[in-house]
Amino acid sequence: MFEQIAFYFFSVLTIGLFLVAVFSKNVLYAMTSLASGMVVIAGFFFLVGADFLGVVQLIVYVGAVMALYAFGMMFFNVTKNLKEKTTSTGWVLIVGVTAALLMTLMFLGAINPDAIYASLPMSDKMTNPEAVGMALFTKYLVPFEVAAVMLLIAMIGGIVLAGKKMDTSLTDIKDEVLQLKDEE
Amino acid sequence: MESLVYIALFAPLLSSLFAGSFAMTPKKQFVGVVSSFLLFISFAASAILGYHLLVTNEPIHVKLMDWIAAGDLNISFGFIVDHVSVTMMFVVTLISTVVHVYSIGYMDHDKSFNRFFSYLSAFVFSMLILVMSDNFAGLFIGWEGVGVCSWLLIGFWYHKADVTRDINPSISPSWAANEAFIMNRIADLGMLVGLFIIYWNVGSLQYDVVFSAIPNMTQAVLTTAAMALFIGAMGKSAQFPLHTWLTDAMEGPTPVSALIHAATMVTAGVFLVIRANPIFALTPEVSYFIAALGTFVAFFAASMALVNRDLKRIIAFSTLSQLGYMFAAAGLGAYWIALFHLGAHAFFKALLFLGAGNVMHAMHDELDIFKMGGLKKAMRGTYLYMGLASLALAGIPPLAGFFSKDAIIETAFNEGSLILWATLVITAGMTAFYSFRQVFLTFHGDERYHEFGIHPHEMYKYVLVAMSPLAILAVIAGFFKDGFNDFIINLLPNYQMSEHTHHLALYLGLIVLAVAVSGILLAYIKYNKRLVRSEKTENGFIYKLLANQYYIPVLYEAVISKPYAELSKLMWKNVDMKIVDATVDAIAKFLYRSGDKSRGMQSGNLSNYLNWMAIGAIALLLVSILSLIAA
Amino acid sequence: MIGLNHYLILSGILFAIGLIGVLRRRNLLMLFFSTEIMLNAANVAFAAISSFYHDLTGQMFAFFIVAIAASEVAIGLGLLILVYKKENTLDLDDLASMKG
Repeated sequence: MFEQIAFYFFSVLTIGLFLVAVFSKNVLYAMTSLASGMVVIAGFFFLVGADFLGVVQLIVYVGAVMALYAFGMMFFNVTKNLKEKTTSTGWVLIVGVTAALLMTLMFLGAINPDAIYASLPMSDKMTNPEAVGMALFTKYLVPFEVAAVMLLIAMIGGIVLAGKKMDTSLTDIKDEVLQLKDEE
Repeated sequence: MESLVYIALFAPLLSSLFAGSFAMTPKKQFVGVVSSFLLFISFAASAILGYHLLVTNEPIHVKLMDWIAAGDLNISFGFIVDHVSVTMMFVVTLISTVVHVYSIGYMDHDKSFNRFFSYLSAFVFSMLILVMSDNFAGLFIGWEGVGVCSWLLIGFWYHKADVTRDINPSISPSWAANEAFIMNRIADLGMLVGLFIIYWNVGSLQYDVVFSAIPNMTQAVLTTAAMALFIGAMGKSAQFPLHTWLTDAMEGPTPVSALIHAATMVTAGVFLVIRANPIFALTPEVSYFIAALGTFVAFFAASMALVNRDLKRIIAFSTLSQLGYMFAAAGLGAYWIALFHLGAHAFFKALLFLGAGNVMHAMHDELDIFKMGGLKKAMRGTYLYMGLASLALAGIPPLAGFFSKDAIIETAFNEGSLILWATLVITAGMTAFYSFRQVFLTFHGDERYHEFGIHPHEMYKYVLVAMSPLAILAVIAGFFKDGFNDFIINLLPNYQMSEHTHHLALYLGLIVLAVAVSGILLAYIKYNKRLVRSEKTENGFIYKLLANQYYIPVLYEAVISKPYAELSKLMWKNVDMKIVDATVDAIAKFLYRSGDKSRGMQSGNLSNYLNWMAIGAIALLLVSILSLIAA
Repeated sequence: MIGLNHYLILSGILFAIGLIGVLRRRNLLMLFFSTEIMLNAANVAFAAISSFYHDLTGQMFAFFIVAIAASEVAIGLGLLILVYKKENTLDLDDLASMKG
């Protein structure tokens, strides 16, 4: 009962929040609702018993990714509403919904539950974080290390890309130049 | 012993590659020397193999590698050195060694000296593949290989321009090369059909497998296979009606004519008949046809040689004629005699050609024997060699030609085919006449070359020395007839004359000898002193007919080449341009137009791209779902 | 009772929202938001399947997707800043300089 209530509650919440994120004209609104949606997604993870993944979701998405976005937004002017020529909503709805529908159909229809076996079965003896740790550091050790290196590279790449010409502050640039840029 | 087989086979390939690597550079003397040396190694290996076979009597069978293994088809690169192939190897490598050394002198002033050696060695390699292969597929590879090398070598002076038939009957080297190649392709189709028939019925192309399976085949299949194979042999050995290419092939350098178009490649057809003798032995109709055709060609070619004025063409016609003899013997079942004549003929014919090359060299590429005469003073060595070779060709004892040719004529008598016998005897007389007509016109009589401002000189000493093995063999080869018989009947069926023929052998031999000697005498009377030309004879119908090769080349051109060209033009304009080309163009235009239309998609706007990507993903999803449903 | 299908349908809906965002918006930053939504939709499906089939592999997959998403954001945001510095805009309609 509790599970049902939680599921529907979270579902409505995420769908609503993500809709706002996608359709909002204001970047701040979009970002805030995205972050909230991520938190609720973590709720789903706890609901299905993937505790470790839920925690990671909270830390990485809500913590790190959102911090990154917020940081990035400081470079842009977010006080104004976005002025963009959006593609016609009807068309987009048709395409998006068909794609999702087809994909869901495929999963629902094509998977034969009897033919599926667990390649990494869960055991009752271990809690979820324990099991995840065991898997990560045995079977998935190499991908794990590769992912670590990838994250390191991404971090360096982010610093290098964003940090270019950091030393010349925008405030130091002469007004004429900024003016020119705005007119463009 | 196995390594000797490989040495004999691959030394010429090495030589070809070595010379080929210098093909684009100016003449280098050492290329010729190295090539000749490698060929000599191959010869030595062949000789040792021959000796080994003679002593132990055990064929050597080696398998280099699997070549084609697909389903039931299993063809390996295997080589067999048995009595027949070792004979061929010996003849081929010996003559090619001599010809290589000879070419160092003959091609001395040619700017494509290195390229020439590369082709020549490549030819020897192909020829060895042909004779050594242990299956029909390998034989076919060699068969095509020698065809390509022959094409390359006939057209060696490809830069010479085309002229009309009146000036040069073979138009130009490249024309002659193409003619040879195309005629051989026509015949090769027959050969391929034969191979397919054999494979279809036996399931293998290995000689031993095929021959052991022959008793299980029906007569109809055997006859068809034998005929198809013989068509292939006809092309390579230039038998009527596919004979015109051989005389035109004389456009190639003379060493090539000696090696390829006299001694070795053109005998491949005879070799094929000998190799496949179990098939031909069981198809008497085809065999008799072969004998009859061979006899006809012997006579037919000899008649054309009677009036020809071109030194090399006369020898080419005599080659044709002698090939006819070989086929006659093979067709009558005397395979070993055919092989023996093949070997003996190779020696004296190569000698004759090389001598002709010397004369050509001395006469500054003049080939008209009416413009020569009295050359024996200037060219004593060449005179000796050509005289010897002509005596051998005419069948004068004790030279090689006598023993082999006499045996063939005797065989014809023994088989009771008196018409064949008579024709062959008359041809022997004609052979003697035209060979000595040529010798006398070239070396005896008045020195007609003075008026053309030519100062003949003898060939280099080492070239003459290099030719001596051929001369010696042309003299003594006949004495090995009985020994060769004992050797070869280990593989080939023995052919014994009947008691009756045996009694008459002496008289038969005397008849042939008398005819030959009278041919020589006739030539002596007519041409020894000086050249007397009579307008009446030369304008006579028969003379004109013979001099124009029975108008067969003209006929071929009018009946086959020209209509074919017209047909091709028609097909080109109507079928190719309007159907094939138009279809291809339509496809291209469709693609071009659709590209032009869809270019708008590439707007540079990432958002548009993403939309298209989503549509593409949907399409893929749809396809996968539909395939799931269908499955 | 909530079954696997519920989760999958939810995942489909979330994915559709993300996809609609990708297709509709022209602002690069908003495109990034939308891709994050799509990645999360996939993660939900993975986690649900993992739990209903008692197989940890799904969670492992989701885990790596999170790692990839994080690095994508880091690099992508860096690139965005560069683009903004150069062009002073993030609107794709104004960035269409690759017209063929």
